[in-house]
Amino acid sequence: MADKPMSIIKTQLFSENQVLRQVLGICSALAVTNSMNNSLVMGLGVSFVTGLSSMTLSAMRNIIPRRVRMLVQTLIIAVYVIFVDLTLQAFLPDISKQLGPYVGLIITNCIIMGRAEAYAQSNPPIPALIDGFFAGLGYTGVLLIVSLIREVLGFGTILGMNVNFFGFETWTIAIMPPAAFFIIGALIWGLSARAAKKTVATTK
Amino acid sequence: MPQISPIVIFFASIITSNMILSNFLGMCSYLSISSEYKTATGLGMAVTLVLTLTTFINWAIYHFVIVPLEIQYLSYIIYIMVIAAFVQILEMAMDRYTPDLYAKLGIFLPLITVNCAILGVTLFMVIRQYGALQSLVYGLGSGLGWWLAINMLAAIREKLKKAKLPPGISGPAISFIITGIMAMAFIGFSGIFTIQ
Repeated sequence: MADKPMSIIKTQLFSENQVLRQVLGICSALAVTNSMNNSLVMGLGVSFVTGLSSMTLSAMRNIIPRRVRMLVQTLIIAVYVIFVDLTLQAFLPDISKQLGPYVGLIITNCIIMGRAEAYAQSNPPIPALIDGFFAGLGYTGVLLIVSLIREVLGFGTILGMNVNFFGFETWTIAIMPPAAFFIIGALIWGLSARAAKKTVATTK
Repeated sequence: MPQISPIVIFFASIITSNMILSNFLGMCSYLSISSEYKTATGLGMAVTLVLTLTTFINWAIYHFVIVPLEIQYLSYIIYIMVIAAFVQILEMAMDRYTPDLYAKLGIFLPLITVNCAILGVTLFMVIRQYGALQSLVYGLGSGLGWWLAINMLAAIREKLKKAKLPPGISGPAISFIITGIMAMAFIGFSGIFTIQ
């Protein structure tokens, strides 16, 4: 029952986006989105870990005993997260310091566990890799949208470049926690209102 | 920085550095298990208990095992194993000695292993270099703060069941917006205590 790669990609990026439709992986999506640089690095880290751990778990799916499945999954995820963490510390020390504990917290990011349980468990390695990686990219996309809004309003910059041409007063609230809740809440609201409209239209 | 009084840490971790409202940790179970006040209370209690004890155990393991052996690169795996093992043992012990409490909290315990607040508090505690008493108090305070936040959300959501909402907003969207307003209210406390 291997799905076509394109349909997996489309599902993961848009129609079943992990953050906005499934409401998973929220912790880090809220915490790192006050600047676009951080969001980009975090998103790529999550995509990498989700893709590779899905692939590994799918390759091992027939030899892992059911009883210790969760434990094995967590350990495999932790290995990849350690890899990402050490790489960041070596090559991007500033961003690594800003992200702080949130890199380690990729281990408990529900998206990874969710993809492992829902997809990698019953599919061959290559589709699992694509599924995991694009689930991560869908997450990255949402992070970038949220951080774009927050960075422009809060600092008047995009990726650190000044775009505040009109000299408007930047909103400190946009880089504080409440703004993250409001923006993600509004995005989810918009999407589910649209989905609800569609279902009404098709049932009529 | 390491010498912040434990009392300050306790109140700061409940109010100004609340796990959910300012550090965004433990959101998954916070959103999915907050539709009823009673269940939210049970989960909050379980999280507080596990958080307090695992933070302290991880503090001891960090200082007496990880640092002497210089295996910092394995620390994530060790913390996660400690948390998983501790939750398992706690579940068995509660089942054996306090069946009443187990009946109340038992279903929540397996969920707690994957609650990011637990691992998050441990990582914050290591990064901020807290001592033994500070770690214990930080774990307890963070747990109580989490409990407070989930109970507030659950209470509001119970009232909202009777309200008429615009299409699409019920469920996660309204929870986010409520949490945003709560976070804004809690910003009002900032400046009383600071631990960063």
